[in-house]
Parts: sequence; C-alpha cells; structure tokens
Amino acid sequence: MSKPERDPYTGLMTTGHEWNGIKELMTPVPRPVKFFLATTILLSVLLWILYPTWPYGPNYTKGVLGVDQRTIVEENLSRSAALRMVWEEKFTATDMSELEADDGAMTFVRSHGARLFEDNCSACHGLDASGGPGFPSLTDDQWLWGGDADTILETLRVGINTSHDETRYAEMLAFGDQGILDSTERRALTTYVISLSRPDELTEQQTEGLPVGQELFLDNCSSCHGDDGGGILDVGAPNLTDDFWIYGGDAESIAATLRHGRIGVMPYWEDRLSEADRRLLTLYIRDLGPKPQ
Amino acid sequence: MLDKHAKLERNAIAFVFAIIFVASIGGIVEIAPLFTIDETVEEVEDMRVYTPLEVAGRNIYIREGCYACHSQMIRTLQDEVERYGPYSLAVESQYDHPMLWGSKRTGPDLARLGEKYSDDWHVAHLINPRDVVPSSVMPSYAWLQRNSLKNEDMDLHLAALRKVGVPYTDEMIENAAQDTYGQARPDSEPADAFLERYGEDSNVRAFDGDPGRLTEMDALVAYLQILGRLTDVAHQQASNSTGGE
Repeated sequence: MSKPERDPYTGLMTTGHEWNGIKELMTPVPRPVKFFLATTILLSVLLWILYPTWPYGPNYTKGVLGVDQRTIVEENLSRSAALRMVWEEKFTATDMSELEADDGAMTFVRSHGARLFEDNCSACHGLDASGGPGFPSLTDDQWLWGGDADTILETLRVGINTSHDETRYAEMLAFGDQGILDSTERRALTTYVISLSRPDELTEQQTEGLPVGQELFLDNCSSCHGDDGGGILDVGAPNLTDDFWIYGGDAESIAATLRHGRIGVMPYWEDRLSEADRRLLTLYIRDLGPKPQ
Repeated sequence: MLDKHAKLERNAIAFVFAIIFVASIGGIVEIAPLFTIDETVEEVEDMRVYTPLEVAGRNIYIREGCYACHSQMIRTLQDEVERYGPYSLAVESQYDHPMLWGSKRTGPDLARLGEKYSDDWHVAHLINPRDVVPSSVMPSYAWLQRNSLKNEDMDLHLAALRKVGVPYTDEMIENAAQDTYGQARPDSEPADAFLERYGEDSNVRAFDGDPGRLTEMDALVAYLQILGRLTDVAHQQASNSTGGE
C-alpha cells in the first residue's frame, strides 16, 4: 500500500493503491454528469409533488395535478362518444325502413358497418358474410328467425342459445344419441330430407321408400320444420327444401345432424355493441343480401 | 461526502449490505405498498373461482404458451376500451396464480373473450385457425381434440391454489376430478353435483361438441369462455361512469 500521490501527467491524485507497479487515478466524476444527476433528482422531487407517488400505509400521495389514468380514459371515451352522437342519434331515432331508403345513411352504413362486421362478426360468418361449415351465410335470402330488420336486430341483441335472459332458443334434437329413432329410421329420414330439395339424386329403390320417411318426418320433424319441411321462422327451424345448408346437405352430414343433433350458438351483443352499432350492423347485413325487387 | 466511498470499498461485508439495501429500495417502494394500500384490489361480492375444468384449461393455456402472443389485460387507453371492452381491474385476476396479463399481442387481447364466440367456433378455430379466419397466423392446436384430459390430479391443483388464497372448499377439492366430467357432460349426475358446488350460473356444456369424451379441447374452451366473466364488476363500473351506455 503506497500513499496517494500526484500523478505528473494529469496532475490528479492516485487512489494510493498499487498492483505490480500499476497505480489507479482517482479522477473525479465530470461536472456535466454531476449536473445531470442533480437535475434528475430535482426533477423527480418535482414529479413527486405533481403526480401520484409515495405510498404510506393504506394510501398514497395523489399529487397536486390530480392525475388518474382512469379519469383520463373516461374523459377520452366520453369525448369520442360525443363525436359519435352526431350519427348515433340519427340511427337510433329513425325508423329502419326510412334509413334503408336514405342513400346518405346507407353510404355511411357500408363504410362503418364493414368495419364493425370485420371486428365482431367475420370470425364466424366470414369477411364476405358467406358463412362456412356450421355458420350460416348472411348474403342469401334464407333466414332461421326471419330477415326483416327488427328480427335481425333482436337476434343481434339476445343471440341464439346464449346465456342472455331473453335468448332465442332452438335445438335440433339428437335423434340417435337420445335413442328416439334407430338407425334404419334415421336412414329413411335422411333419404326423405334429401328428396325435399333434390329428388333427382335418389335411386329408384330410395324413391320407393319415401312414404316411410315421410311418415317419420310428420311424426318427428314437422312440429318444428313444418309439414312440408319449409321451416318455421318462429322457432328458428330451417327450411329443408332449399339448397342452403348450415351443416351440409349431403347424406352423411344430414345423417350426422339427425344422430347427434345441433345446437348452433349465435352470441348476443347487447353487452358489447351499442344499440346504434347493432342497428348499423342490421342495415349492413340486409344490404349484403339480395335486394327486394 | 463523495470521498467516503473509499472507506466503504475497503470493507467487503459492509459493501455487500450497502448494495442489497440500495437495490431493494426499488422493490420495497413499488411492491410492498400493494399489500397495504386498500384500493389495490377491488372488493366485489360476485367474484367466483375457476372450476376444475377451467383450471385444467388454464394449465393447457400456459402449457401451449398462449400467453406469449395473447395478453389478458385491457389497459386504461381509449382504443383498447373501445375495441375490447371495459379496462381490466385487479380483482379480475385475483384468483390467477400466476397471472397471465402478458405483454405481447401478436394475437388480440383475450381478457373479455368469454362468450364472444360460440364453442363451435373455438373448436374449429383451435383445430385450424385458417378455417375460420383466413388471414390468421396462429398455429393449429388440433391435438387438443384428440388428447383425453388428464384430470386425476386436479384435486392437487385446487389444493395448491387454496394455499395461495383461492377459496376452494374441501368438498370442491375432493371432487375436483369428478367435476371436470360434470361440467362437460350436460344432464348427467356429475353435472348436477357440479352445479350444486359451483352455482347454477356455471357453464355446463359439451364444449368440444362431444359429450362422450373429456378432451383437452373441453378444458381449454371452458377456460376461454369464462375469460372476463368471473365477475361483472368491470361492466358495472363502466356503465356507471358513462351514464349507462
């Protein structure tokens, strides 16, 4: 251990340590660094006063500015809500048919509705609303519960088979799993259901067996799907005589539907979308479909 | 004072303690008060626990690393609240051990995912995301539908969670494995027992579409459908502050 001495080159003192002849300078911290250190400490004291910082027991200092992120986001939200009011009022107060006849309103629906649809509906119904296996197309004129504006609006609000108190409820029974019909009966029924939309596809033998299937249909299916298989909108039972199928119209898919049943779910949107948004979406969906002549 | 460091540097033990003291200030100031400040975790009455099937689903969520791409935390920012719903409250992850807030969003935030889509959609989406969302970059998790759920140790999971403060009863822990069956098999005896233990509002469904088998898909979908639905408090708070919108 040597004594601190003055270094002849820099004019600064050494620490007094020496390792094999190597000595260490004790260079003081440069003044600019000291200055910035002092400034940041002063700044932090200032921020302690302005913003929420110091905890003490069950509470903390709130700062003189009274800044709270929750208040900020609420202010921002009410500001954007006020901006939306300009068109929301029009869409909630005006009759749907009137809006559909209003070109200005419908131009707005096509641009804003597309965004709403993409964010909320397209996951199931597809970007072009044409549906997919298990998820109905919204672009045709076939509807489970009805395609008029009020019905679609209600379906959006309460959903189908959801936990909403007023949900629409529809279930295709599992005729096989619940032991209501045996496999021979289900086969006859499958053939009959195919005959409703595509009688040409059946073999001669199958056509001969149709009366059996028809009787089964009248006993088991017609209360929901109607005597002619045309579907009943009030109970959400689909039309079986057209070529629109949610779960597939081939023999295999129909047999699976008959055996295991179907409980399709349409989520409800009352919690997630405002009344105006739901009306906008209703108009958007109706606008996608075939136009009334 | 600036010269005093020479003294400290010559005393190794004192130096170690000085380092520990200084380094712990940050932790003490940031973390310790969370346990003493009253308003850190909101007090709500309707907060419910995860059912055993949902806990199993949560474990799969962790196993598959879902948290690496999906957050479960809606921040107090306007765009997040408008897109996902009311911002997250601390109480909503009160029973999350560990919490899965995440910090990266390759996919969307999932904090309010529950009941947004149908079970069928979740199953189709997990088997192959591109079947329902053509532009998705999410990997496929088709094996969840094939793997039977390993549920025989669910009682141990629940017991461990109780040790860190989740209020499971002895009965819940004892019947944990049985309750995973009950929740995924509607109209069965185990389902009734399950509902009695966890309340009539619990979801009892064949989440994967097949009531005959209990799969990992059942568990994960059951978990995804409860996200953001353990309590209503965030929604209530949001409707109070915006005047009922």
